[in-house]
Amino acid sequence: MVGDLFAFFADAQHWTGPEGIPLRAAEHLLYTVLALLIAFAIAFPVGLLIGHTNRGAFLAINIGNAGRALPTLGFLVLLVLLTTVGLVPVLVALVVLAIPPILTATYAGIRNVEPDIVDASRGMGMTERQVLFQAELPAALPIVVGGLRTATLQVVSTATVAAYVSLGGLGRFLIDGLAQREYPTMLAGAVLVAVLAIALDVVFVGLKTVAQPGGLAARTKPTSRRPVTNHRQSTAS
Amino acid sequence: MIEFLDANSPRILAGLVQHLYLSVLPIIIGLVLAIPLGMAAVRSRWIDAPLLGASSVAYSIPSLALFIVMPGILGTQILDPINVIVALSLYTLALLFRSVTDGLKAVPEPVRMASTAMGMRRLRQLLTVELPIAVPVIAAGLRVTSVSNISMVSVGALIGVGGLGDLFTYGFQIGSLPLILTGIVLSVALAFLADLIIVVLQRMLTPWARAREAR
Repeated sequence: MVGDLFAFFADAQHWTGPEGIPLRAAEHLLYTVLALLIAFAIAFPVGLLIGHTNRGAFLAINIGNAGRALPTLGFLVLLVLLTTVGLVPVLVALVVLAIPPILTATYAGIRNVEPDIVDASRGMGMTERQVLFQAELPAALPIVVGGLRTATLQVVSTATVAAYVSLGGLGRFLIDGLAQREYPTMLAGAVLVAVLAIALDVVFVGLKTVAQPGGLAARTKPTSRRPVTNHRQSTAS
Repeated sequence: MIEFLDANSPRILAGLVQHLYLSVLPIIIGLVLAIPLGMAAVRSRWIDAPLLGASSVAYSIPSLALFIVMPGILGTQILDPINVIVALSLYTLALLFRSVTDGLKAVPEPVRMASTAMGMRRLRQLLTVELPIAVPVIAAGLRVTSVSNISMVSVGALIGVGGLGDLFTYGFQIGSLPLILTGIVLSVALAFLADLIIVVLQRMLTPWARAREAR
């Protein structure tokens, strides 16, 4: 079985052309990045607003929970039946999947900033906008990046579903392999998706370290022992 | 409506039943494994560090990929539901292991010292003092896993094992919106029901929290 897998990867035919691994991986990455960009553009500002004003928190948390419960495959096939086959329904489904983790992490990140920091920056005469962008956001950034990481993982895994509604991406190996009863092809697809997901995850581990504001870095050891469970952050951070 | 139910109720019921055991069984298996592993990990860094690394890698493997790799590892058939159960148990374990260790590490030091002063040995301390205090953190992790498990199970329909996901693939093939909608509604309802049950269990297990609220 492992031999079959190696044979698949060793076959030069699988590395070129419109059905080759590089192009499939590029398609997969394209769906993922597009969906994440759109989701971020929607969820991040809303999360900032809710976190800063603490209005609509109930709504934010419930959107987060409902989003997690929604079965993406069902939502996707529903969209395709209602509209058309193509990139749009896939993107909509992936965006809906990615919004809750980004929204809840942004909200939770801002809410979790120590009140002393916020009070101090108000006391220094900062405007509300400055408080948000110069005090709260930098302190919340690691949690925001954590949410983005969760969203990325979910979108990468789910983008495989695009192949089911006749799009490209690495899911093609899984769907086509199953249709042709070729287990090695499916296995190769599974390995490729897993490698892509883990590679992106490693990128986020790096990003999270960079996102840590210098002044707070020294203090995170003791405070990080206090888990952020009251906001039901997914633990994949 | 009647006609729709007449024609499809066996399929819907079968999907619902399969969905239930495909998602609930892994939650139970994962929890049963996570508690002793988590307790062992807070006592020894040698267990904690590698398990923490392994759990974060496990969690980043896409579910569909894991479902497909499983037959290769377990020697099962690709259509065997056991693949989905083992894969989801691994996810649950990966997530809950972290919840258990986080919960135990967050136990206030004075509490621990008080129980030591009462003459409790380490294991009894863990089981009767620290674990109950960690319940809210574990329950929070359990809520995340149960909801994500329940929605993840349907992806298994792409490889032929998916409970309510069968309504998605079959509904898509025959172009039936009601069938797909039924699957979505039932899946979301299951997720909320599971969430509710965990919240109720948590309240039952932490009577002191209720007492504090009442004051």
